[in-house]
Amino acid sequence: MCDFFLGHYSYWLTMFLLCIGLYGVLMKKNLVKKTIGLTILQSSIILFYVSIAAKWDATVPISDPSRPVTDASNYLNPLPHTLMLTAIVVGVATLGVAFALLMAIFNRYQSLDEQEILDMIE
Amino acid sequence: MTAYQLPVFIPFTYLAFAVLIPLVGLWKRKLSHPMAVTGSGLAAGLSLYGFAAYVNTGPIHHTFGGWQPPIGIEFVYDGLSAFFLLVINMVAFLVLLHSKPVAAREFRGKRMPFYSVTMLLMLGFNGIVSTGDLFNLYVFLEISSLSSYGLIAIGNRHAPFAAFRYLVLGTIGGSMYLLGLGFLYISTGTLNIIDMAAMLPHFAGKPPVLTGLILMTVGIGIKAALFPMHGWLPDAYTFASSTSSALIAPTGTKVGAYILIRVLLYLFGIESMDAVFKVSSVLGMLAGAGILYGSIMAIAQSELKRMLAYSSVSQIGYIIMGLSLANPAGFVGAVLHVLNHAAMKACLFLVAANLRFREGHSNIRLFNDTYRKKYPWTMACFTVAAVSMVGLPPMAGFFSKWYLVLGTIANANWVLLAVILMSSLLNAVYFFRVLEKVYMKNPDKESPAGEEAVVMNREVKPLMLAPVVILATGIIVIGIMNMSVVSYILKMFPG
Repeated sequence: MCDFFLGHYSYWLTMFLLCIGLYGVLMKKNLVKKTIGLTILQSSIILFYVSIAAKWDATVPISDPSRPVTDASNYLNPLPHTLMLTAIVVGVATLGVAFALLMAIFNRYQSLDEQEILDMIE
Repeated sequence: MTAYQLPVFIPFTYLAFAVLIPLVGLWKRKLSHPMAVTGSGLAAGLSLYGFAAYVNTGPIHHTFGGWQPPIGIEFVYDGLSAFFLLVINMVAFLVLLHSKPVAAREFRGKRMPFYSVTMLLMLGFNGIVSTGDLFNLYVFLEISSLSSYGLIAIGNRHAPFAAFRYLVLGTIGGSMYLLGLGFLYISTGTLNIIDMAAMLPHFAGKPPVLTGLILMTVGIGIKAALFPMHGWLPDAYTFASSTSSALIAPTGTKVGAYILIRVLLYLFGIESMDAVFKVSSVLGMLAGAGILYGSIMAIAQSELKRMLAYSSVSQIGYIIMGLSLANPAGFVGAVLHVLNHAAMKACLFLVAANLRFREGHSNIRLFNDTYRKKYPWTMACFTVAAVSMVGLPPMAGFFSKWYLVLGTIANANWVLLAVILMSSLLNAVYFFRVLEKVYMKNPDKESPAGEEAVVMNREVKPLMLAPVVILATGIIVIGIMNMSVVSYILKMFPG
């Protein structure tokens, strides 16, 4: 049982982070706090991908003469890292669109509180 | 151009026009509408050509940079892709053709960025449908989602808030998809759909694969507005401008349904999907609940666009229900309903756009029998689409419901059968309510005899009318020609 928690500690941490992000997005009423929650959620997934690339006794995927390149266990898996470069770009773009929308919302309602805006729409 | 490059050329057309429209727009802003129509028309023509090429020669695989899959990325142009590309590109072409006067009135100075973003949206949709790589699919999903947030934010006063709520839910959906994909990648070590589909049966029922399946289904369910994850849809479609909602409503949720079909039926397959517990029957129940909820909420709405938005929630339920039945008849019903619903919803939203353009509102309570005289063609097309939504033969809507009913009977799933039949009645309630206002004389508002002559024909211009008429004709033609469409779809049923 102890092994199940300690052996997967990085996954537990990323899932904990994911839950914090989801909590922020769903429970907070302020739209900026929701955006912060979204960022935490996306970062946790990036960390998840980075941690699945790890191997024991492996190094960064740059050719090292002392380690034969024919043996894949000498090097980390570079693919999840490259995937996450794209995911980071997507996250930045989402954040940009979110801030643009927040500015438009604030100009119209003079508020960023979800409940207040919903009352104004009704 | 050879057929080998075709899968790339269709999304690339949109990408090229997304860049060209701002460049040319700097010089002459008026040209942005003709260019957008050219771009989508070119893509629609290419998908028609590709459809013929697929029927003659079979699937086309395009590998990028000569790297063979599973290491390289490939675009796959198979039966399902060819079908969906044809549907979404045709609808997009007709809606963009219709959009000129609406765009000129609703967002005069922002036409050029608007058309550029529509091209990016369609690039995302076409990429999702064409790609054979699951991470590539995520990137295209986010391209289309980011563009649709922008398109929805152009609308009335409340549109940015609706777009923000969609952004929050859509980003959660995209993240869930990405997380689920991570679990599948841990298990199989590949991202290529065909390669992973060959490996997954060996891992069926293992915890990471099951987690991945559930996370991906939830994530795509949010994008496809599957009940109970539809919360963003009604506000987004109501507050967005007429053109944005007419473009996104028929294509956006269909692409979500495409990803669900691709992931559940092609990637996992029917056996691996239900290895531990019956994912398909959970989906079926959600779809059934969504159908009833959407129909009942649609009855309660007095705004035409909002009613159509809730009707979309119910119609996406039909598609998901068809795929959850996982038998040939249900599959035919689901894929045929994608085609039918794209034509019907585009037609209905364009009618709403026409009414808003002339009357300045689309409030059903204010509809009256003068509309029949003022907009004879628009209302006739509305009637065709409404009758098809209810499901009366020979309209297209009847046949997809017919195959869904056959699918439920084949699985002996009587609850879902009852849901389909009941929802047809509910559809009749909310569409005939509108038709009654327009075509029947209201007895307690008897007007004096002379006033009848004052009502003039205020029908919209041919440019706005032609797409609506084409779609309405299409609904009847698809209904009459349904056998050839069905035999094409049946060939794609996996396994």
